Amino acid sequence: MSATGVKPVLEVRDLTVSLPAGADRPHAVEKVSFTVNPGEIVCLVGESGSGKSVIAFTVMGLLAKALKPTSGEILLEGENVLAANEDRLRELRCTRMSMIFQEPMTALNPVMSCGEQIDEVLSTHTQLDAGERRAKILAILGRVKLPEPERIYASYPHQLSGGQRQRIMIAMALVLDPVLLIADEPTTALDVTTQAEILKLIAELQAGQGTGVLFITHDFGVVAEIAHRVAVLRWGQLVEMGPTEQILSRPGHGYTKMLISSVPSITPQHRGVRKDGITVLRTEKLGKTYSGKAFFQKARVVKAAIDVDLDIRKGETLGIVGESGSGKSTVARCIARLIDPTEGKVFLGDTEIATMSVGKLRPHRRKVQIVFQDPYRSMNPRITVGEFIIEGPMNFGLRKEEALARARKLMETVRLDPNSLDRYPHQFSGGQRQRICIARALAMEPELLIADEAVSALDVSVQKQVLELLDEIRQRLNLAVLFITHDLRVAAQICDYVAVMSKGRVVEYGSAEQVFGAPRDDYTKALFAAAPGRHWEFGKFATA
Amino acid sequence: MLDFIVRRLIAIVPVLTVVAVFVFLMLRLTPGDPAAVIAGDNATSDQIDDIRAKLGLNEPLWTQFAIWISSILQGDFGESYFFKKTVAELIAQRVEPTLALATCTLIFAVSVSVPVGVLAAYRQGSMFDRVVMGFSVLGFSVPGFVIGYCLIYVFAIELGWLPVQGYTRIGVNFWGFLERMVLPSLTLSVGFIALISRITRASVLEVLNEDYIRTARAKGLSNRVVLMRHALRNAAVPILTVIGLGIAILIGGAVITESVFGLPGLGRLTVEAVLSRDFPTIQTVILMFSVVYVVINLLIDISYTLFDPRIRY
Repeated sequence: MSATGVKPVLEVRDLTVSLPAGADRPHAVEKVSFTVNPGEIVCLVGESGSGKSVIAFTVMGLLAKALKPTSGEILLEGENVLAANEDRLRELRCTRMSMIFQEPMTALNPVMSCGEQIDEVLSTHTQLDAGERRAKILAILGRVKLPEPERIYASYPHQLSGGQRQRIMIAMALVLDPVLLIADEPTTALDVTTQAEILKLIAELQAGQGTGVLFITHDFGVVAEIAHRVAVLRWGQLVEMGPTEQILSRPGHGYTKMLISSVPSITPQHRGVRKDGITVLRTEKLGKTYSGKAFFQKARVVKAAIDVDLDIRKGETLGIVGESGSGKSTVARCIARLIDPTEGKVFLGDTEIATMSVGKLRPHRRKVQIVFQDPYRSMNPRITVGEFIIEGPMNFGLRKEEALARARKLMETVRLDPNSLDRYPHQFSGGQRQRICIARALAMEPELLIADEAVSALDVSVQKQVLELLDEIRQRLNLAVLFITHDLRVAAQICDYVAVMSKGRVVEYGSAEQVFGAPRDDYTKALFAAAPGRHWEFGKFATA
Repeated sequence: MLDFIVRRLIAIVPVLTVVAVFVFLMLRLTPGDPAAVIAGDNATSDQIDDIRAKLGLNEPLWTQFAIWISSILQGDFGESYFFKKTVAELIAQRVEPTLALATCTLIFAVSVSVPVGVLAAYRQGSMFDRVVMGFSVLGFSVPGFVIGYCLIYVFAIELGWLPVQGYTRIGVNFWGFLERMVLPSLTLSVGFIALISRITRASVLEVLNEDYIRTARAKGLSNRVVLMRHALRNAAVPILTVIGLGIAILIGGAVITESVFGLPGLGRLTVEAVLSRDFPTIQTVILMFSVVYVVINLLIDISYTLFDPRIRY
């Protein structure tokens, strides 16, 4: 026992993990030291590529073969796991240290029942007989607050929701009461209300058992919600570490300050009163019903959007916020006629396009352009950025030289080097690619720009830049923007008007100030209540 | 589920119709006259005409087709021109060697290729992996009869361990049966092993990158359990699909292998029937192979549900 009387469950000392030759830097993690005490939640925060997941996988001994820990020690209750052989590591996993992952949708084996998957842990690590194992599993399923443990035991992962699957993962990780739980972005893939529940569950379980938690996240909202101490990482190095309150309100390092001030505020900016602009887009009782027709069976009907009435004027941003499955993307796709609406009308200016034939629709396609969520997958990897941008305008009759001139100008608009038009997408970072996608959309000179979760895949500092860029472009071109997002903070910062969707319906619709300031609908209230770190005003640092 | 099976069985009807029309026309539109074959080298054209009339080959095509189809629907597959027996009898006599050959080949091929493929995936890039993949290219490219004759030369003629040719019924002498099955099924397996081990390797490799494999390792499971329980079961569907498609290769391969090893099976029957322009036999054998192929693939589709609970019909 040390002088303080607490022996840390995890002690990382001077850990260095080297990257394979040819990587952009020699070390994935460089001389990182920190501790996790029993009953403590330590958050590792950083942007993508900061090495936070590498640390987690090194502790578990699950590092990809290309990465090698080259120096330092990782002590789990005093035992150096870097020196442990494969058999010893296997014994430690799930008994002393456990891990839960980001994607509950893919982290469970789809062809084994949930009960069987937890049972494997017990049959591998304990001598319990089948009856005892089953009793223990049902007990832990109860502890992670899954309803009807018996039914869940027999269910397969695909029969459960994302939140339920993450509970199964947590049950699996904690069934043998390990001293250390590593949680690698466990709520990132979940909806905000589910996220709040899972965070609460993790905090309750670890407090009850005195488990030390190493919690990896990029989200300062989550940090504010759950962490006792925070370690900030950049490019594999520990930038600073301290109690949560201190890091969030009095960060010592410039990088931490920058990172925290990039977090969008949940209080909307004052946008002024509505101008009498021209309505660019209006929907009237827009609806989309999916029906799977089966030969002998009853047809399955899913109403993805019901009676959606929206309008957007020139120079305005309308946000649609909602959780996954709320129908927000369906609405966007109907408006762009990427899918055909089944009910209602869509007016683009004065033209009704919801029922227009594909041939007649073509000239109107130019007017609505979309920027999609994932900049890594929405660009064709085999054509240059220049070709990517000019393809659309040329398709609508612009000569190549003119289109190229326009592309060069737009690259400047999105603050990229116009001379890089002959480069390929893989030569750009995620944020740069998203700028290119915006330039591509603008090249069509649209009247309405739809951004479908366009900043959700970006790191917070990059996200801030892209959001500012989008807002600046909107102002300068007097563009109408439809902004689809699940992130309330982002919506609060960029939207003039907000429509909250749930189960295919718009449950609340009004100015951002009104919706965020005084939500009326119960669902909206619940949504805001679940937003992590909502009580924290990020970036308002106390002067030391 | 029942629904699905019924629909799939109904779907056999159009498949068989197309096959029937195709076989029928192919036989009649290609040169070669069964009457001439039956009549022999010294027959006069009158004699040939006589035989043609007796066989009904002078009728218009569509009448011949209608007669054939209607007799099939009554369960009558016709009489062989050449063997002077009903086709049904003929097939009943010849089915055992082919069935035995196919079963032995399938059991042998799957029990070799699946473990080999899994191991190759697990040790991707190792010497073992490269050797296996090299052999699989070889297995694809070397024709069955070459492999057959090589095996006969080595094991039957030089070493004298196994008989060269022939077939012993399984009920007559089990050891004799096995002795005579080894080389033919080995020959027929080669291509099959090449195919299945490649697909097994590819689909296991894909599965090994999945998140749930990482989860399984994080649980502290041994490599063997991760590989066999978690990876292989998830990789099963593409492997099964290829085994099903491979049945077609098996049927084609049986024709050659049976000829090389002198097995009196359906494959050899097909060759003999084709050479003697024995229309009823050819037509029936091909229809039968089609039914077998469709039914086996239906069984494969149903077997998916055993491996993947997400697949429900």
